[in-house]
Amino acid sequence: MQKIFYLHVPLAIVSLCGFMFGALLAIGYLRTGDRKWDMRSYVAIHMALIFGIGGLITGSIWAKASWGHWWVWNEPTLVSFLIVLLLFATYQPLRFSIEDPERQARYASVFAIVAGVFVPLNFIAVRLAQQFVHPRVLTLGGGSLPGSMRLTFLIALLGMTLLYVTLWKYEMTTKNTRMQVRRLRRTLLGEDAIRPAGRTAAPS
Amino acid sequence: MSFLFAVAPALPLGKSGKFVAGAYIVFVVLILVYVGIMAIRSQRTERELAELQRDVEAVRTREDERERETVA
Repeated sequence: MQKIFYLHVPLAIVSLCGFMFGALLAIGYLRTGDRKWDMRSYVAIHMALIFGIGGLITGSIWAKASWGHWWVWNEPTLVSFLIVLLLFATYQPLRFSIEDPERQARYASVFAIVAGVFVPLNFIAVRLAQQFVHPRVLTLGGGSLPGSMRLTFLIALLGMTLLYVTLWKYEMTTKNTRMQVRRLRRTLLGEDAIRPAGRTAAPS
Repeated sequence: MSFLFAVAPALPLGKSGKFVAGAYIVFVVLILVYVGIMAIRSQRTERELAELQRDVEAVRTREDERERETVA
């Protein structure tokens, strides 16, 4: 059962870091006004959401195996993670609700930064809470993880981080290529040659 | 199941083993679905690129013909 730990915890950590990474990239957009930063932030949050859903499902399976329940509402770590996930789940509908691309990018960046700041605050608040049910095996003071398990965990965390970065880069490349094809079509064949993209949550 | 134990005797499929297997299967399925969606999008981009190439070639051929007509 402990083996879920090597999957669930890295998924959750990478997901939360991904949300903060998205916030940092959103700062890049507000500083420069360059749309590529908005695209980077969008993809980072999108990826973090996918990893977060993975973390939530694997956590739920772990809870069922350990505690006999799929979900425990009085457990602060679980509920706080769900709150963060639901908060970022509104990111896509927010983008979709704004038609003007400039406004969409600006509002989404502000949202990403505010929600991104909420992630470490939420984490600290849960750590400071008195009542703990969730096992505390990872702390700044070393924690209670034995050496061999710590090594396995660190390798799993590194692997998960690399997977996140690879998929982020993969999606960025796909989106950039598509945008470049559209731009090329517009340049070579004129504005009429482009089919309207319609309302979309993704940067266009 | 017996075949699975025969090829992977160390696989912990006991009481809690099914939960471990379930968690890892969820992870693999999530990644596979994501990669599948991205593959479909890549195919669409490939199609658009091929379409663009055809259109550009058609425009170029038309321009060449017009040039030849002007010279003639």
